[in-house]
Amino acid sequence: MTHVSHINNAKSVDSKTARDADTPLLEIRDLAITFDTSNGPVHAVRNAHLSIMPGETVAIVGESGSGKSTTALAAIGLLPSNGRVSGGQIFFDGEDITKASSKRIVELRGSSIGMVPQDPMSNLNPVWKIGFQVKETLKANGLAGANSKERVAEVLAEAGLPDAAARAKQYPHEFSGGMRQRALIAIGLACRPRLLIADEPTSALDVTVQRQILDHLDRMTTELGTAVLLITHDLGLAAERAEKLVVMYKGQVVESGPALEILRNPQHPYTQRLVNSAPSMASQRLQSQKAKDALASAAAQTQESVSADGHSVPVAKDPMVVPSSVSPVIPGHAAKGETILEIKNLTKVFKLRGALGKATDFKAVDDISFSVPRGSTTAIVGESGSGKSTVAQMTLSLLAPTEGSILFDGVEVNTLKGKALFDFRRRVQPIFQDPYGSLDPMFNIYRTIEEPLKIHKIGDKKSREKKVRELLDQVSMPASTMQRYPNELSGGQRQRIAIARALALNPDVIICDEAVSALDVLVQAQVLNLLNELQEELGLTYLFITHDLAVVRQIADNVCVMQHGRIVETSSTDEVFNNPKQVYTQELLNAIPGASLLV
Amino acid sequence: MVMFTFRRFLQLIPVFFGATLLVYFLVFATPGDPIAALSGGKPMAPAVEAALRAQYNLDQPFWVQYGLYLKNLVTLNLGQTFSGQEVSAVIGRAYPVTARLAVMALAFEAIFGVFFGVIAGLRKGKLFDSTVLVASLVVIAVPTFVLGFVLQLVIGVQLGWAKPTVSGTAPWNQLILPALVLGLVSLAYVIRLTRASISENMNADYVRTATAKGLSRRRVVVVHILRNSLIPVVTFLGADLGGLMGGAIVTEGIFNVPGIGNLLYKAILNGETPTVVAVVGMLVIVFVLANLVVDLLYAWLDPRIRYV
Repeated sequence: MTHVSHINNAKSVDSKTARDADTPLLEIRDLAITFDTSNGPVHAVRNAHLSIMPGETVAIVGESGSGKSTTALAAIGLLPSNGRVSGGQIFFDGEDITKASSKRIVELRGSSIGMVPQDPMSNLNPVWKIGFQVKETLKANGLAGANSKERVAEVLAEAGLPDAAARAKQYPHEFSGGMRQRALIAIGLACRPRLLIADEPTSALDVTVQRQILDHLDRMTTELGTAVLLITHDLGLAAERAEKLVVMYKGQVVESGPALEILRNPQHPYTQRLVNSAPSMASQRLQSQKAKDALASAAAQTQESVSADGHSVPVAKDPMVVPSSVSPVIPGHAAKGETILEIKNLTKVFKLRGALGKATDFKAVDDISFSVPRGSTTAIVGESGSGKSTVAQMTLSLLAPTEGSILFDGVEVNTLKGKALFDFRRRVQPIFQDPYGSLDPMFNIYRTIEEPLKIHKIGDKKSREKKVRELLDQVSMPASTMQRYPNELSGGQRQRIAIARALALNPDVIICDEAVSALDVLVQAQVLNLLNELQEELGLTYLFITHDLAVVRQIADNVCVMQHGRIVETSSTDEVFNNPKQVYTQELLNAIPGASLLV
Repeated sequence: MVMFTFRRFLQLIPVFFGATLLVYFLVFATPGDPIAALSGGKPMAPAVEAALRAQYNLDQPFWVQYGLYLKNLVTLNLGQTFSGQEVSAVIGRAYPVTARLAVMALAFEAIFGVFFGVIAGLRKGKLFDSTVLVASLVVIAVPTFVLGFVLQLVIGVQLGWAKPTVSGTAPWNQLILPALVLGLVSLAYVIRLTRASISENMNADYVRTATAKGLSRRRVVVVHILRNSLIPVVTFLGADLGGLMGGAIVTEGIFNVPGIGNLLYKAILNGETPTVVAVVGMLVIVFVLANLVVDLLYAWLDPRIRYV
């Protein structure tokens, strides 16, 4: 990674910092923000207050809809057109931004207050070259100078973009997500603002890239003496990167103070819940209530864990991990522990269309093998592009493998046709990532959950309704939900419905493709708990596809780490976390935000 | 890009033969005897009639007629009209008029459509926007021939600002009014399309980022919103040019413009197969080429699109 080598105006930064050392650079007092909607005004932010000293990093933490981004956007005059500051003040360097003219705000933007937005995919204009977009930033703030081309390359190189001069001539779609985010950081810091608003700057990126980018941002802002207002939903990340935390909940600041203090001794009930359920803080697998009750007897049984037929049942050293022998065997399901799903030498090659009609082969999945024991959770972890979702699709028989075999209960899935494939579909169900996209908006909840039963001709109208009621109960949703439509439910509620739909056919295996990634931390914790309880109760087997090792920690028994289409490490969850063998696995572990705070 | 363009030209071949065959068949199957129409319904000597039938190959079965037509086509002989003129010469006289009319109509659409659309999009929900929306709806709802006759009467006859009909040479200034009528409906669509596209792009993330960089409002609109918003508009305009080049039977009829639309209309009435097939075949080519130009323009406006 390139280091910050060109600090042309380091002197001016120094003098600025010295002048304002004891007055806050940004101070928000009793801020209220109102959105005018067709249903009347919505008070998105009330009585918000925070202050940032020059050179300091402050993080606002909260879930989606908490008002954290809205508060930050108000500081740079970028509220959506139906939003307005309805009370309070925002002082930047002593000047009230809420009263400033629009001309003055345009002056401040870029040169005094920079911004790094959330989603690198949508924040660069697709029709202009990267260099153009950096250059116009410099130009607008009068910093382009005579040799603007070189300055553009410098700025991009500072942000850690390799081969910056050549890269400046490319379009955004020719950049990876990480590179785009570096370009956006370059734009945000190009004019050496004194305050940088970083709105979830890395939440759309893979963990290892996330870490690199945040490290780099840290280093740059430290060297330039830039104050940072970091917006994030990830408490671990916030605590690791910021000196002060501001916790927002439902439009209000519920707690603020030094980061470590809040983490160790949260005062407000919401912060306490947030700290307790932060996935990056979790250090052990979730357990169902039943399992917890059985824990005591588990310890006693440990010595008898060699079963009658002579082979030993593995018992984890950690007393908190429930040995599989304790779990009740569900009638109708075969014994736990036997292999239900076996993947052998699975390979998937995609043909990519190249220049002049020549196709090149792309190996998305490259000769992988693993097996999933019944009643357990196996996680496939990897970054985007590692091939993990392709594995999920092939296992669901939605995509034909190029080579290799998938054995479900001893039967080759690949060659299934007609009735046999139909039966296979009943036994293996998916839960997808996006709870907004995976439910048909025109189907009410009853129809959504009933549909699989209807397709598989299970029961009559009456018994199906009874079943839907039971399923809703299992996922802790009231029966009254039946008549509602997906758009009336929150993301977490929708994901519960998706789970109920998956459970409707009493499947043996559920394949969760990033099933909790789109959810807020607290909701994510609830859904993971629910999945865990259901597994215990129904003897389900999960194949859990995720990019998030923190989630793996909470739900999985075994882990396959994938990189570039191959499995680089496969082992029990404890083994992977406590004793990672591969460098890549170690990198992934180190990249979990807040991991260092646990030590 | 070169390969793409070349492939698209190759596509012209099957499209052309398919279109001419279809049109030839349709005219062939149309009820009514062209020879009877030629004589104005008066009785004709059997020998003369037979000679005429032989001259235009009308005594042959369909496949032979089409085959002979294609044979002539290869030698660039488009055949003759019933009045004995070369079809190529007739088209050569009518086409420049239609092309002039179409280009003017397209210019109206592009200039006024984008202009009003951009302002309406930027001021969504304001008075200007609502007025433009209602006006465009009225234009879309009223049939072209009504608009044409009304404008002809008011502007051409009562106010006397323009000549109500076009003279034989069809000079540019006389074509202003017909071009306006011809382009009016599409103009309304362009306004609505631009407006929707602008107001959608205004809320795009990259527009917010551009604002956060410290750019002036003007630059954000012109550099970041406009180019992205024009992509769908250009597609529409290009496809529309193909349609306009086909001549407007109604508009050309109202203003007596001696263009392709008029020519085609008369040829269809007379059952002049060579003229109809030649005009339609040419229009197919124009349409396909116009679409090719749109695709190339599209790639130029949007760097994400690359043809291989």
